[in-house]
Amino acid sequence: MTGYLVRRVAGAVLVLLGLAVIVYALFYLAPQDPAILTCGKGCTPERLADVRAAMGLDESVPAQFQHFLQGLVAGRDYPAGPRVRHCPAPCLGYSFETDQPVTALLADRLPVSASLAVGAEILSLIAGIGAGLLSGLRRFRILDALVNALVLAGYAVPVFLVGLLLLLVFCVYLRWLPFPAYVPLTTDPVAWASNLLLPWTALAVIQAAAYARLTRAGVQETLAEDHVRTARAFGIPERRIIWRRALRGALVPLVTLTAIDLAAIMTSAVLTETMFGLPGVGQLLVGAVNQIDLPVVVGVTLLTGFLIVVANAAADLVYAAIDPRVQLR
Amino acid sequence: MTNPSVAPPVPPRARTVRHRLLRDRGFLTGASIALVMVVVALGAPVLAGAAGQDPSTYHDTLLDSARGGVPIGSLGGISGEHWLGVEPGTGRDLFARVIYGARVSLGVAISATVLQVLLGVVVGVAAGLGGRIADAALSRLVDLVLAVPSLVLSISLLAIVPTSWPRPALLAVVIAILGWGGTARISRGETLSLRTRDYVAAARVAGSGPWRVARREILPGLAAPVLTYAALILPSNMIAEAGLSFLGVGVRPPTPSWGQMLSTATTWFRADPMYVIIPGGLLFLTLLAFVLVATGLRRVLDPRQSEVLL
Repeated sequence: MTGYLVRRVAGAVLVLLGLAVIVYALFYLAPQDPAILTCGKGCTPERLADVRAAMGLDESVPAQFQHFLQGLVAGRDYPAGPRVRHCPAPCLGYSFETDQPVTALLADRLPVSASLAVGAEILSLIAGIGAGLLSGLRRFRILDALVNALVLAGYAVPVFLVGLLLLLVFCVYLRWLPFPAYVPLTTDPVAWASNLLLPWTALAVIQAAAYARLTRAGVQETLAEDHVRTARAFGIPERRIIWRRALRGALVPLVTLTAIDLAAIMTSAVLTETMFGLPGVGQLLVGAVNQIDLPVVVGVTLLTGFLIVVANAAADLVYAAIDPRVQLR
Repeated sequence: MTNPSVAPPVPPRARTVRHRLLRDRGFLTGASIALVMVVVALGAPVLAGAAGQDPSTYHDTLLDSARGGVPIGSLGGISGEHWLGVEPGTGRDLFARVIYGARVSLGVAISATVLQVLLGVVVGVAAGLGGRIADAALSRLVDLVLAVPSLVLSISLLAIVPTSWPRPALLAVVIAILGWGGTARISRGETLSLRTRDYVAAARVAGSGPWRVARREILPGLAAPVLTYAALILPSNMIAEAGLSFLGVGVRPPTPSWGQMLSTATTWFRADPMYVIIPGGLLFLTLLAFVLVATGLRRVLDPRQSEVLL
């Protein structure tokens, strides 16, 4: 187990390192020079040299990358005019555009993306497991057909299309909801939820269908197993069989999926956030990319990569914890 | 399908497969819609010519300048001349733009899928047949590709490439490079199981080199699983293209694509909902068609998996 953990963590660190190298390399192959962009119009050669030095662009690329990694682990110092500016670990540098620390920018935006992802995931799980269970027990034939149709549709609609249609129906035609605008949870929980309802629904429509399908397959499979037949023969009430056995069997694969899907929602939040105008990490990325704001882009990419890697590892561990048949090697 | 005597894995009952596909209602529906879309995309210039329109002429007279450039007339200005109405703000013919957009959407999705399959199969078979070191190295590479946040990275990639590069080809390459991991993993797994079969050992003993073994013994056995997987990633590649164009890093404005039209539609949808419904509906219909093809193929070629993965 310990050996597995060590190997798993080492693998994850390697993947993140690879990711950092790729993103860094990409931006140095880019034709635009971030120093010229930052310096702006009427830039004299002397000022350009100063800007370059302040941004750390006067060093060789490998040296810059090395300093970047050092900053991530131990923090680093930036020359800022006559003084020195210390950036504590985990240091992702300062935005070329706004000169704020990237870590602060990310911390600022993360609650929005997290609200979006966690809410959407909870909604998907409730809707998906409910529909899947009912459809697996074959209580309502029509539900079966509906789940099938939704699964197909879920594979076939991009989230921004669902979002546009929801806005069209609920904000333009029915006028039941205001156009979403992010309100922090701590300011007003009700406004937070009502503003996020449409983005959550847009994401959940797609996600829930997949959960429903998995739950149904799991329920049907478990109900056909010998231990269920034995339980029925012993006269255990059907209700208890469903809750204790069928549902539990169906939930095992879902638990692992939840972690992975949460990370996936966070990374695909770029689209949802742009669609609904939510100021999350995704929107930060789109803005940064348009302005060649290298530290911010690297920061967002590493953060999303980190989330995916952690989620995958967590999924494996949880899977082993709830299913004793799984052996970690 | 190849001649049964050359491709021995499960004898490829090509005729049974074709027979069962032709009786699968979902597959047939999906395949016909997809075929129509491909024909429309290929024949876009002819069709636009038949309608007497082209995708780039502005028609200012058809727009209501008092309402900020919304098309005059009901349903986004649908008329005998403009079959699907005109684009708000520019007055360009929507029918022409939508069918030219189909070329981009389908072209990018199909080329990206082909590239992914080629890359994935080559790496997967090499990992499966190569020695332990090759397998370990290639598998780590596949892990890296699978772990990369592909949407985030493709946005960054597309933003830094000079605008003069041909966008659609670039999109296909970027989507393919970030998305071949799944095909590689499947090909490797199948290769590992195929290489232990007796007929592969027999071919080896008979003196076939690794190239010949890969080509003659392994590849035919990979056809079914790779084909079903490819059919499933085609629609997700199409969604990727639409998403990137929606975010403004995909196809550039003069060239129409469905995702890019939906992106402009976000500013117009209150005044002109048809501008959402037409490209959005076509995108949905085409995606649904390809998903139906994929599920049909899976039902016929890989019945064990179809319940869980669909």
